[in-house]
Amino acid sequence: MSAVLTIDPTACDAYGYCAELLPELVGLDEWGYPVVGGEPVPAELVARAEQAARHCPRRAIRVRTRVEVRSSASRP
Amino acid sequence: MTATTPAATTPAATVAAATATATNPAAGRPTLLSGWRASGRSDLAAHVAHYGPLPPLHGDFPRRLVAAVEAAGLVGKGGAGFPSAIKLQSLPRTRSRPTLVVNAMEGEPASAKDHVLLSLLPHLVLDGAQLAAVAVGARQVVVCVADDRDELAAGVATAVAERQRTSQLPVPTTVARPPGRYVGGEESALVGWLERGRGVPAFRPERGVPLALDRAPALVHNAETMAHVALLAREAAGASSTADPEALAADRTTLVTVSGAVARPGVLEVPLGTPIADIVAMATPQGPPVAVLVGGFGGSWLGAGALGTPLRKDTLGAVGAAPGAGVLVVLGSQACGLAETARIARYMAGESAGQCGPCVFGLPAIADDLDLLVAGRGGAAIELRLTGRLALVAGRGACRHPDGVVRMVASALDAFEDDLRRHAAGRPCGHSRRRTVVPLPPA
Repeated sequence: MSAVLTIDPTACDAYGYCAELLPELVGLDEWGYPVVGGEPVPAELVARAEQAARHCPRRAIRVRTRVEVRSSASRP
Repeated sequence: MTATTPAATTPAATVAAATATATNPAAGRPTLLSGWRASGRSDLAAHVAHYGPLPPLHGDFPRRLVAAVEAAGLVGKGGAGFPSAIKLQSLPRTRSRPTLVVNAMEGEPASAKDHVLLSLLPHLVLDGAQLAAVAVGARQVVVCVADDRDELAAGVATAVAERQRTSQLPVPTTVARPPGRYVGGEESALVGWLERGRGVPAFRPERGVPLALDRAPALVHNAETMAHVALLAREAAGASSTADPEALAADRTTLVTVSGAVARPGVLEVPLGTPIADIVAMATPQGPPVAVLVGGFGGSWLGAGALGTPLRKDTLGAVGAAPGAGVLVVLGSQACGLAETARIARYMAGESAGQCGPCVFGLPAIADDLDLLVAGRGGAAIELRLTGRLALVAGRGACRHPDGVVRMVASALDAFEDDLRRHAAGRPCGHSRRRTVVPLPPA
């Protein structure tokens, strides 16, 4: 189980608060939209990641807890 | 006009021209378009006479059908190439019965195969949809035809009515008319339009979660895929026991749409795995092909050296391409691949649903870079800026529209490397100002 950052690109309006609050994990592209890697959020940054998510005016950035997801190929 | 738009030619004309040269791999066994070749008729009586009646839908038939689809290795023909059997088994068991959506939107301008298939042989597609609907326990079938294709939609509605009159429509079927935009056929956009009248792709971080319509699951299958299911169902019904995988996988065909620098553009039915060069030869190329855009506008350019590749998911995958929607756009020596790439990129930028920043701003920026490069005015840094932007945009949209553009442009930089050197050095070729050979819709 690990935490990862996801950005809903349909919700994001490039306010950029996430990059201000969490520069270790969020960069901005040349148009001001956030770029995140897919790597797990280090334990010491989880609290700040959640803070960044709370401060997003568009609620576009989230900290998701990734569990072992069954692939869609598996039968119900 | 040198450009040929497959979608604009009449289906009957395009298929008539094409099938004359296409070889029928399984003599005697019905194939996707053999019903039309046999009778030239689209009605239910002609359909049943050629393909036989709808196989019985009770007992263990649904299970045997899915097994046959799996054994045949059928993959979706809408572009993504997802294994059809997995999709048919993907739905969770819920109390609300699902909707089976048949995707005949075909928003890809260089593709005409779903249009041809559905207008010539609507009952083959409807058969497959009925069978798939029964297999997944669907309560209804919705056939989606773009709102700018009245004639096609009317033909499907006529076929549906014909089946209703003769009680050959076990699952209620309707025709829907979503807006005919490039991304309108993306499955979440399609279901979103059916649900809320808003046809834009959805952000779906959990890929395994099924789409929902009226609080029940929705399953989207491409129109050609349904026709394949109809053929496989008959083979499964005819087989005495469990389907023999080798027999089912052998001699399968697929539909392709050939356009560009060919004398006879149109839709062809070819054996799966036919080398791309052989398919292009059937369409009578205007001189030796320099490159072929494979899959669609979000596909990959393959240079002359790679045209021996068989048209199949695994073999194309090995050269970084995919069959996609079966699109082949042929580039001759009288055209500039980079200029054509720039035009396609510009068109695709305009087809963004407008939701995601990296697509809204990234695709026009990529098209701008390509325009500068083509004109020889990009300077020394242009190639680096362009490749940087391709890497920046990839994977950051809600749907795969920007990823398709990135793939297509990246493949062009590879396939047209010599041209790239000349254009980047400020020496653009003379062909870049010629009229396009790509079937782009009028701006």
